Amino acid sequence: MRTIMSTAVLWGLMGSATAFAADAPILSTSGKFEEQTGEALFNQVCQGCHMAQGQGAHGAGAYPALSTNPKLGAKVYPVYMVASGQGGMPGFKKYMDDQQIAAVVNYVRTHFGNQYPDTVTAEEVRVLTQR
Amino acid sequence: MLMHPHAYFYEIFFIFSGFDRLAQPLLQALAGTDIFFRFKGLIMQEQAMVVSRRKVLNWIGVTAGAAAMYQAMSALSFAAESTYERNFALSGAPKGTRVLILGAGLAGMTAAYELRKAGYQVKVLEFNAKPGGRCWTLRGGDRFTELGGATQQCEFDKGLYLNPGPWRIPYHHHAVLDYCHKFGVALEPFIQVNYNAMVHSTKAFGGKPQRYREVQADFQGHVAELLSKAVNQHGLDQALTREDRERLLEVMRKWGALDANNAYKKSLETSLRRGFAVDDGGGLMPEAVPSEPIDCKALLDSNLWQSIASGQEYEFQSSIFQPVGGMDMIAQAFQKQVNDLIHYNAKVTRIQQDANGVTVTYQNSDGSGGAQQEQADWCVCTLPLSILGQLPIDVSAPMMSAIRAVPYESSVKVGLQFKRRFWEQDEHIYGGITYTDTPVSKISYPSTDYGKQGKGVLLGAYIWGPNAYEFTAMSPQMRVQKAVEFGAQIHPQYPGEFENGIAVGWHRVPWTNGCYGLWTPETRQQHYKNLCQIDGRIVLAGEHASYIPAWMEGAILSSHDAIKRLHTHIIASTKTA
Repeated sequence: MRTIMSTAVLWGLMGSATAFAADAPILSTSGKFEEQTGEALFNQVCQGCHMAQGQGAHGAGAYPALSTNPKLGAKVYPVYMVASGQGGMPGFKKYMDDQQIAAVVNYVRTHFGNQYPDTVTAEEVRVLTQR
Repeated sequence: MLMHPHAYFYEIFFIFSGFDRLAQPLLQALAGTDIFFRFKGLIMQEQAMVVSRRKVLNWIGVTAGAAAMYQAMSALSFAAESTYERNFALSGAPKGTRVLILGAGLAGMTAAYELRKAGYQVKVLEFNAKPGGRCWTLRGGDRFTELGGATQQCEFDKGLYLNPGPWRIPYHHHAVLDYCHKFGVALEPFIQVNYNAMVHSTKAFGGKPQRYREVQADFQGHVAELLSKAVNQHGLDQALTREDRERLLEVMRKWGALDANNAYKKSLETSLRRGFAVDDGGGLMPEAVPSEPIDCKALLDSNLWQSIASGQEYEFQSSIFQPVGGMDMIAQAFQKQVNDLIHYNAKVTRIQQDANGVTVTYQNSDGSGGAQQEQADWCVCTLPLSILGQLPIDVSAPMMSAIRAVPYESSVKVGLQFKRRFWEQDEHIYGGITYTDTPVSKISYPSTDYGKQGKGVLLGAYIWGPNAYEFTAMSPQMRVQKAVEFGAQIHPQYPGEFENGIAVGWHRVPWTNGCYGLWTPETRQQHYKNLCQIDGRIVLAGEHASYIPAWMEGAILSSHDAIKRLHTHIIASTKTA
């Protein structure tokens, strides 16, 4: 799992913008997410709400934890959530293709204390996204 | 907001009803250019058909998005104006009737202000330690802790600020403006369009930013020339009479600054639009030197012209305003009216109702203390649906489905403080917006304190779409750093002048879990009316219960409409009771 650079290190390097370009996130330029691996998609998209260790967050409302989450047991559930969203969570199928959705679901289902042996394929995602 | 790449062409198309007859010659004139291929798709789709206005609207909706369709609808008078009542006032509340309001944003405070005036006993529960919700300003000394725990200390100098949420007020947002006038909130012009700001593409002109005025004038001029060619090549002979064709050529010459031969080229006239290579002076200073227009094909291929229509949209047209000193001046003005009604640091955890009244359970926002309860006869709930949808609430199934049907959009803003206002001093950019295809998307220069010595804060990023998610997922420091990196492509002064910054990713804002409620035509059709009903003793309000999503005007008009209906309902139920 990619670790987030400490902010102290970042600030120390301010002013030499290219020095740590290799570690900085790659930003998409096409209007869709260009991250391909489950790890990159999690770190650069899902983490925004579900946080770095999938621990979720609490404020006036909450973001559910993905870590050790029994709801991830049925793989169709996270596929549906990522593709179509639910409640306040937006669906991502307009920004991710079926392969990316499969990759990030497989990543989350095998990290953060989740150890589900079965994987989801892009073809299975397609059944749900219908594209 | 979405750009409208074809806005100019629609205008031209709608001058004539013969859309399809105009299409062929225009395609010929545009052959080989980037926009040729875009139009080809449209025209093949619609070929040999009589194109109705609604059909064109549908096409705009499908290809350019709802905002573009709304713009076109407004232009074609399909979209109704709001029925805002200038002298909105309720009166005659049944004695002793209690209304509990959830949320002290603009919708909640509007409801509190108007319902108390009407004679209700009002109380407001607010999650934050201060009112305003998304009507919010960050200044030096402010601390902001986002979801996940990262805390930023705003280090801006005195008088400098960032509006992380709403930052401008169109002249037709009557309700916001009227409350500003009524409560004495000073307004100043927000510079939306600055002809001397930049439009920038990493893929065009070697990544060198171009001046807005040059792209605007040259695009208009080249389009006028292309249309004139279509006329002269008899492409419009069927659509227009000879007199109309001559009139059109005359109009194109004036509109596009064309010469007598209908050509757009380097001249005094075109430089009066796009600016000169050397400006006129006084005394023995050099005479003006005209500037060279950008080549037509290079300009069309650059896509930079897509950025120049934004300020023409109804939402952004002049005049457009900002409160002097920061957007939360509006929140503070409301606070002066209703502060005594607001219970701060109250996190709502449950909303119950029965035939006799409403019971709302809450706890201190920091988790301290136990569950507390507030009871009332009626409830106006302005909590964002992203929060409300997670709470146990006694409402009908259709309203619950509606509450759960609206995802919340992602957006990011980054404020950057620099040692000096180099954009004014070096580049003569006074307010306004630079557009860029880098992930920061927009840079906006402060529409205030022009020419002031000392430090300045600009909006260094205003991001939607995938990049907004990517920025939200970064640490706040990385967001700021990235904004500086990308901005340096447009302003090389950035690295040397940058001092500090603050970044807000709206999905990390603890009281909203997102920027605003993202409706689609389908979810509106299925759920919107259910969301807006009075459900037993509860009615919802906020930008999410409006057709002006994300805007403060939507929040206030939604509140007006909700409390007016609620008041009528209360009076009626009291009479029958």
